[in-house]
Amino acid sequence: MQNSVRDKWMTVLFYVAVAVFSVACLYPFLLVLASSITDESTLLRDGYRLLPEMLSLAAYKAIFTTATIPRAYAVTVFVTVAGTLLSLIVTSMAAYALSGRRLYFAPHLSMFFYFTMLFSGGIVSSYILTTKYLHLQNTLWVYILPALLSPWNLFLMRNFFNDIPKELFESAKLEGAGESRILASIVLPLSLPALATIGLFYALGYWSAWTPAMLYVDNPNLYSLQYIIMQIIRNVDMAQNIAVSGTRSVSAVAPAYTVRLATAIVTVGPIIFLYPFLQRYFVGGLKVGAIKG
Amino acid sequence: MKAANRHQGARDLLRNKYLYLLAVPAVLFSIVFSYLPLVGMAVAFQDFNPIKGIFDSPWVGFDNFRFFFRGHDWIVITAHTVMFNLMFIVTGTIVSLALAIMLTELGKSAAVRTMQSVMILPNFISWPIIGLFSVTFFSADTGVVNQLLSALDMQPINFYTDAGVWPPIFVVLNLWKTAGFGAIVYMAAIVGIDTELYEAARIDGASRFQSIFRITLPLLKGIISMLFLLSLGNIFGGNLDMIYSLIGDNSFLFPTTDTIDTYVFRSLRTFGSLGMTQAIALYQSVVGFIIVIAANKFASKLDKDSALF
Repeated sequence: MQNSVRDKWMTVLFYVAVAVFSVACLYPFLLVLASSITDESTLLRDGYRLLPEMLSLAAYKAIFTTATIPRAYAVTVFVTVAGTLLSLIVTSMAAYALSGRRLYFAPHLSMFFYFTMLFSGGIVSSYILTTKYLHLQNTLWVYILPALLSPWNLFLMRNFFNDIPKELFESAKLEGAGESRILASIVLPLSLPALATIGLFYALGYWSAWTPAMLYVDNPNLYSLQYIIMQIIRNVDMAQNIAVSGTRSVSAVAPAYTVRLATAIVTVGPIIFLYPFLQRYFVGGLKVGAIKG
Repeated sequence: MKAANRHQGARDLLRNKYLYLLAVPAVLFSIVFSYLPLVGMAVAFQDFNPIKGIFDSPWVGFDNFRFFFRGHDWIVITAHTVMFNLMFIVTGTIVSLALAIMLTELGKSAAVRTMQSVMILPNFISWPIIGLFSVTFFSADTGVVNQLLSALDMQPINFYTDAGVWPPIFVVLNLWKTAGFGAIVYMAAIVGIDTELYEAARIDGASRFQSIFRITLPLLKGIISMLFLLSLGNIFGGNLDMIYSLIGDNSFLFPTTDTIDTYVFRSLRTFGSLGMTQAIALYQSVVGFIIVIAANKFASKLDKDSALF
């Protein structure tokens, strides 16, 4: 009897703790969202508020009437879509080859990939390789190629493929289907949760990348969104420029601060819309012990 | 026996050639972007000249290392790196585990599921965005924290000049971003526990609190130690994304926030000498490698199932 009373209190306690944590997770988003649609002078006077006194969409207008953000958006969307597709293709091909312990050299190949997770040549080597020998600087490829394959994702996907009953593709093989046919028409359609999870991981990587732009890109037309964000954080002038050139009337205050926040909101936007759809795959998609075959 | 093995390998290559071909793009990628840079580590022993390249730059032996280890920068940045990572691993494990246990205990009502979705949201936000968000909290006069402090008649904090406040902020922001998502992994493991164990415990009069400590936690020991090891392997690296996004090149804050990664990243953009920067990066790679191997050896001694390889 005493136990059940204590259990009830425990439930209440757990509820409160979980609720507090999730409110803490949500609050910054709401605050930034609310502030981004606040009138600039109201924001400067009152500070950041969840319920601003005077609303204004000036920041969003400024963002979309100047070229900087839309251009960076186009770059980032292209890099994310093309990069994720290429990554998924390369990853699933290798993962299929390594799956099911069919190959004599599969353990050696796994070790070959695993080693790259343990030991890296360092950022200087990559820098020299990229700029001096591969000449990827100032191209969109510099966002995609160096990030094409993550061994971690490769092992995650292989473990997925391991769980597919072997009989399914053995029989297809008997009927004369080639390996790549089996991969494309049997294995991949059965692995949608894995593709969704790992695709999301890759997409997030491409979407969030700022170091390639910082190290390798001088051409402002090829800047990624996150790099623009990085610049905006440090340098109010940049937001000011967008705000001034994007605000037509001379009398209004240029929405420099709200432009920063609005840029953050449009940058997180697509992910917030995407992840609830993919969320149900995560628990199945994340298998721990990924490296062990 | 050996000859037979070699024979078997060659035959397998031939028989499964199409399967092997599928792995070729990934192998090529790794060779170019992961194994070729290993050659570049030679730069650490050179007075590297970008125009001459790796093959024609003059060799200087251990001079670059001598320069780096003579000062005490390396002690400071190593200490910061290890300290931050340890704090992140320990707090992250505890909070993720606690969230996972609480969420499973609360069941699957719509409210709980909504809260869970909200919790993993920050994981999908990049560090530069968090850096921008954090400005709304920490900026000197309009920031939320200082407004709160002034409403409470307390001294405002100058976050962007006061180095001491940042390590705790890193820990909190790291939890904010990763703990909810980290909980998913533990939840998946808890779901795998046989429910009959809990039934039996309940019949024997155990409280839920007791079942958590006597059943759930002991059974999660394997996965906890494995994830711990995985993160331990990275104890010498990482966090450039976070720290640079939050701090940038704000030299006021270096005394408490500079890590090996941020030091190398800054050197790469500002120092003249790539050779010296590479020496630091090589030190990081080698020690990091030794740590992950040692951690794994240790784990396989403790428990065969929790080792990675």
